[in-house]
This record gives sequence, C-alpha cells and structure tokens, in this order.
Amino acid sequence: MVEIKNLTKKFDQFIAVNDLSFSVGEGEVLGFLGPNGAGKSTTMKVITGFLSPSSGSILIDGNDVSINPIAAKALIGYLPEGAPCYGDMTPLEFLKFIAEIRGFQGQECIDRVQHVIREVELQKVCMQSIETLSKGFKRRVGLAQAILHDPKVLILDEPTDGLDPNQKHHVRELIKSLAKDKIVIISTHILEEVSAVCSRAIIIDAGKIVADGTPEELESKSQYHNAVNVQLSAEYDLPKDLSALANINLQNDSGNNYTITSKNGQSIFAEISEIAQQKKWPISELYVKRGQLEDVFRSVTQKAREGIE
Amino acid sequence: MKNLGIIFRRELSSYFATPLAYIFVVIFLIINGIFTFDLGGFYLRGQADLLPFFSFHPWLYLFMVPAIAMTLWADERKTGTIELLLTLPVKLSEAVFGKFLAAWVLTGIALILTFPIWLTVNYLGDPDNGVIIAAYLGSWLMAGGFLAIGSCMSACTKNSVIAFILTVSICFLFVIMGSPILLNSFPEWIPQLIIDAFSALGFLSHFDSISKGVLDVRDILYFILFIMSWLLSSAIVIEMKKAN
Repeated sequence: MVEIKNLTKKFDQFIAVNDLSFSVGEGEVLGFLGPNGAGKSTTMKVITGFLSPSSGSILIDGNDVSINPIAAKALIGYLPEGAPCYGDMTPLEFLKFIAEIRGFQGQECIDRVQHVIREVELQKVCMQSIETLSKGFKRRVGLAQAILHDPKVLILDEPTDGLDPNQKHHVRELIKSLAKDKIVIISTHILEEVSAVCSRAIIIDAGKIVADGTPEELESKSQYHNAVNVQLSAEYDLPKDLSALANINLQNDSGNNYTITSKNGQSIFAEISEIAQQKKWPISELYVKRGQLEDVFRSVTQKAREGIE
Repeated sequence: MKNLGIIFRRELSSYFATPLAYIFVVIFLIINGIFTFDLGGFYLRGQADLLPFFSFHPWLYLFMVPAIAMTLWADERKTGTIELLLTLPVKLSEAVFGKFLAAWVLTGIALILTFPIWLTVNYLGDPDNGVIIAAYLGSWLMAGGFLAIGSCMSACTKNSVIAFILTVSICFLFVIMGSPILLNSFPEWIPQLIIDAFSALGFLSHFDSISKGVLDVRDILYFILFIMSWLLSSAIVIEMKKAN
C-alpha cells in the first residue's frame, strides 16, 4: 500500500505539489496524468525519496520515505524520466551492478539479471555499451533496472515516451503482466495508455488532484459521453424535430453532420432513433459516442487553470 | 558498507571502460618524467633521493586531479543518473565516499606506476627507501585532498568544465597558502599566530614534512580531516541541489 498524505513540495516560492493525498492498493495500476508542469514528475521524485517533501508524508508499506528511506527504497522499482543509465556500461554490467546494490549475490544475482534480460528482450544488445543503443533499447534497460528485484511498488515516469508503436505495445503488455500483485504508478500524458493499462487514473493540475477514478468513470464525465452522432445524406431540418426534447443540446459539426449531446449524461440513443424512424430522417450514419478521456482531461485541467486566474 | 564497495567497483571500472584512466595515467607519467629529469635536475643534483620528483607533485595535481574529479557528480546530474543512484537503497554517504575512493585509487594507481623512477634512483645510488615510501604516502594523501575539493565542486554544477575551473582555483589557493610568497605579503601588524594558522591550513607545509620522511600523525590527520570535511560538504551540496 502506498499512502500519500497532504504532500506539499515547494521550490522557493513555487508550489509544485499542493497538499496532495491519495493511496494506492495492491493490484492497482494508477495512471498519473496532467499537463506538462503539473507536478507529476515532482510527485514521483518525492515518492521515491529522491526529493524530500516540504510537508506531508509518504508511506510505502508502512515505511515513511523520509524517516526510513532505505527500507522504503528497497520496496520500490523506479524508472526516472528519460530512463537515465550509465552510458559507458553494457546492459549486462549495469544490471549486475543494480542487482548487487539490491542485495543479490552469487548465482541468484546472475539468475535475476538473466531473467530480466529475457523479460525485456535485451539479449541481442546486452554486450554493447548503453550509450550506443537506440532509444527503445535504452528505455528497456531502464525498465529492466526497475523490475529487476521484483519490487512491490513500481513507479514509472513516462515509460513509453519516445517509443515506436510496437515498442509501446510491448512495454504496456509487460506492465500489465507485472501488475498482478503489485502497485504500479505510471505517469504519462498519453491518454490512450491510461485506457490500455490503468485500472485507475488521477489527473492533477497545478499540483492538485482535479479528477480521480477508473478510466471509464472519467470518460463518463465527458460532455460527449452518450452523445449521438447523426450523419445525414441529404438536407433536413433536424432542429425542428428535436425542439420538443428538453434534455439535449444539438450541435451542427459540419454540413449534414450533427452531434446531439445529453445534458445530464443519460443515454439518449433510444429516444433519438425512435424520432429518426418516425420522421424518416435521411440517415447515413447514426451512432453513440463514448466519452473521450481527452475531453475530460482538457475540461478539468482548463477549469483548474481558470480557477487560478 | 557493502554498497560502498559496489559503488566503488562500478566507478573504478567505468574509468577503465573509457580512455580516461589510460590517458590520465600516461600523461601523469610523462609529465612526471619531464618534471623530475629535466626541470628537477634529477641527475645534476647528484643526490640519491626523489625530492625533485615529489616537489612538483602539488603543481602537477593542480591540473591533473581536477580533471578526474570534475565529472564525479556533474556528469551524474547532467545525465540524470543521480536520480537513479539516489533512489536505490544506498546511503548518500556510501555514494559520496564510494565515488571519491574510486577516483583516489585511480590516482594511487598512477602514482604506483611511477615506480621506474624509484628503481632508477635505487640503481644509481643508495637512497633512503623509508623516506621515499613516506613521500609516496604523503603525495597520495595530498591527491586525496585535491580530489575531495573536486568532489564538492563537481556537486555544485551540472557543467564539468565549470567544476574543473572551480576546483583548480580552490586547489591553487590551498597550494599557495603555505608558500613564502603569500606569507611575506601579509602586513606586519597581523599576529604571527594567525599567519601560522593560515599557513598550516595549506597543503605545502604538511606535504613538505611528509615528503622529507617525517611521518607526523598531525600531518596525516590534517589530510584525513581535510578530505572528510570536503566530502561532508559534497554530501550537503548534493542534498541541497538535488532538485535542479
């Protein structure tokens, strides 16, 4: 269990993280979202004990990161932003170094390193110095380093940043396969990643939580959740037919393309399709839109911005 | 303590994974040769000792040692590996000391490889080898002092060139502190006690006595305390400047 209580981190006058509280339980994959500069990386740096909090506390399985840093750090696997590694070492040397620091010795140390090399598929490059590797391989070395000791808490700062679609898919599959009995916290600004791997998402902005829930819950907060999209094949006066319905908004996207949004988020598809059949709309397409995380992301983070100004 | 050894080994092997260690050792040996035989008048003196060899060491270290020390922490910061290192279950003191020790052992290796000079003097005459061993020890301790300053300066900045310049400047200060040029420039009214205390802080007075074969506990203690306090400052600077 990772518990973050009233965490605040200030740099001089600038408040990067503002009274943040949440906890993450076992088996949860938490997506940590937010615009650039929202305090995602700072929060992760504080959780992993790299930076010390200005106030508040972080408990990793009951170990306070500020009071008992070594015990807390031993439970955490961390991939810092940009996956920094010692460039002059080979992945094999580097992972062996990490394994030794993590307290593995002798045969177990070798086994761990071999296992993790297989897991992230580094076999081909494990004798080549890290600085000569491609971005994708470097990222995998960083990931290997983080999961080597089978940590209880896995914290990944933008794990798929700069990877190609295949590599992204691979990393996501890896995270999913690791997640079973772990606590995983991933920061990202790629929203599809959240739907793909996370069981919960927190959106922060200006150091504060602005949304917290499962990806589905967050999607349902979108104004386009349960909206109905109508594409007509000919000119038709839709507004006239729909003027009787009070709980909808009609929006003309372009030409004969309309989006009908529900004011209270309820499903309106049945009603709309009934009217469409009665009035014989010249329909070429009619479908329900799902809420997009992107809409929610934009609306909650902009709302927070306006609140400040 | 186990982690200290692991970090030490990683650092030392990384010196030898790049050309840095080899270049350092080779240049160190060449310059030492020039200083000892040409400038130091090793043969002309007609004495079986290594005084001309050791008396150039402070000036040699002034440029050579900051070159190794400059990357100690500056590079960790620049590449972001500092975040990796300090989120591993290691104590900051283990990291600071392990890195310092690796650089110190590298200077030690370079120093040991000057043994042909020692063989030469033994072939040509009958020197006091006890004095020579003491001088080697003193020289290595002094290199440690230079390195500890370098470690702290390297922790101050991401830019290793800035770290180099800062280290050279501060080391220069500690080298000239005990030299007569600086001591004679003090005005008369300053009490002798203060001038003595000032000169006692410099490297030269301590190194000179060790290199003449006088192994005084106070001189050794001076270097050890000097190294410790600069390493402690390194740790404080790293802790303070982690965020940026």
